[in-house]
Amino acid sequence: MRMGTIAVIDYGMGNLRSVSKALEHVDDRSRVLITHEAEPIRRADRIVFPGQGAIGDCMSELRRLELEQVLLEAARNKPFLGICLGMQALLECSDENGGVDGLGLLAGRVRHFRDGFDEAGVPTPGKVPLMGWTQVRRVRPHPLWHGIDEPDWFYFVHSYYVELLGDATAGVSRYGFDFTAVVARDNIFATQFHPEKSQRAGLQLLANFTRWDGTC
Amino acid sequence: MNDAAEIGGPAKRIIPCLDVDQGRVVKGVRFVDIRDAGDPVEVARRYDAAGADEITFLDITASSDERETLVQVVEAVASEVFMPLTVGGGIRSPADIRRMLNAGADKVGINTAAIRQPGFVAEAASRFGSQCIVVAIDAKRVDDGSGTTRWEVFTHGGRRATGIDAVEWAVRMAADGAGEILLTSMDRDGTREGFDLPLTRAVSDAVSVPVIASGGVGGLQHLVDGVVDGHADAVLAASIFHFGEYTIAEAKEYMAAHDIFVRRVDC
Repeated sequence: MRMGTIAVIDYGMGNLRSVSKALEHVDDRSRVLITHEAEPIRRADRIVFPGQGAIGDCMSELRRLELEQVLLEAARNKPFLGICLGMQALLECSDENGGVDGLGLLAGRVRHFRDGFDEAGVPTPGKVPLMGWTQVRRVRPHPLWHGIDEPDWFYFVHSYYVELLGDATAGVSRYGFDFTAVVARDNIFATQFHPEKSQRAGLQLLANFTRWDGTC
Repeated sequence: MNDAAEIGGPAKRIIPCLDVDQGRVVKGVRFVDIRDAGDPVEVARRYDAAGADEITFLDITASSDERETLVQVVEAVASEVFMPLTVGGGIRSPADIRRMLNAGADKVGINTAAIRQPGFVAEAASRFGSQCIVVAIDAKRVDDGSGTTRWEVFTHGGRRATGIDAVEWAVRMAADGAGEILLTSMDRDGTREGFDLPLTRAVSDAVSVPVIASGGVGGLQHLVDGVVDGHADAVLAASIFHFGEYTIAEAKEYMAAHDIFVRRVDC
């Protein structure tokens, strides 16, 4: 049987070691490749698009490495997992860094928690960044929820959040108000939290991803 | 469901802190039936299984030549334990930060360098993101004769005064981009008398970033006090867990019984 390849996109935004080690930990049949080159990404069976830091740097690095087009292609036809900033970058736009356009794969906007607290009239706004373990409620079924409790705990670190997206929101968390913890559409699944840092539940989700055929 | 659960957001965290010297866990971690209490991977694995919310490694290696061993420790731990890791001690340059993050640390603790190099925290936060920059503050009560309590930032394990007000320093570091404050009371550290609650509360209420309370935990009520009276977002402790006095699960059960929103997992 041919070994599958999982490409972890390396565009200089945060440490990729944890996510690649976690993938290797749950799947010894696949080859995990950390790369920013177009060809290996095109050939890979699955894509993991992680990210930490600021969205402005993220988008300019993707442009500099000429990865935008490659990522958009990959996000159309193979199992694709976005993590943290890698989820936010899939949206149309973010308020961070004075307003930045994302990849635009999903309609919706990324906003700062403080604006969200203001708008929702939260009497005692929480600390920002949101840092720690937060429960995720699933709002629709998906193969990647297999073996995960409802709700279950995942590890989050972020100051900007993705607003609720209607059908594309597959998991919701609450921080004074509800925000999108997971998006899912066709072959795309993306999490605001870090599955590679979320102990059992996170590893289960990554294991599910390595076996997922990209259909819902 | 209590109020915290209704509001949602992150659970209050319990963070065991491990002192590491030349790549080995020191100051005696005494778990029952652990094969090698000095092996950071094995100790981290235990805390992972026990449901700790994060682990902090504090490098106390005196010689900077031997600090490279900590990078190997972080690599080894991050390859096997999939939970948040913070590394502190001897972080002095952006290169130090990058090395730790690439090894698998999620956050780095910056202490002396923040004081010695103005602008270091701002630069680190803009380069690596606030989410991974923890500013560690060692604070001590000072009596200036005015009758009001104030705390001063100390370095070198509480031996060297800086003249900087601890609360003002926390506010400035958060404004510079620190994503979290690790606040240690040098008066309470090692005493087992509980956190310095007025200090913890003064800092927690003054900053909009999360605060980890540290220094002085001797029992489970202290953890509750740190959150309820100190307004801390997370509590850090060493000896009560390392010596097996309490398990993480017992600590969480106790906190939950006092209406604190904690993450409880089946171990």
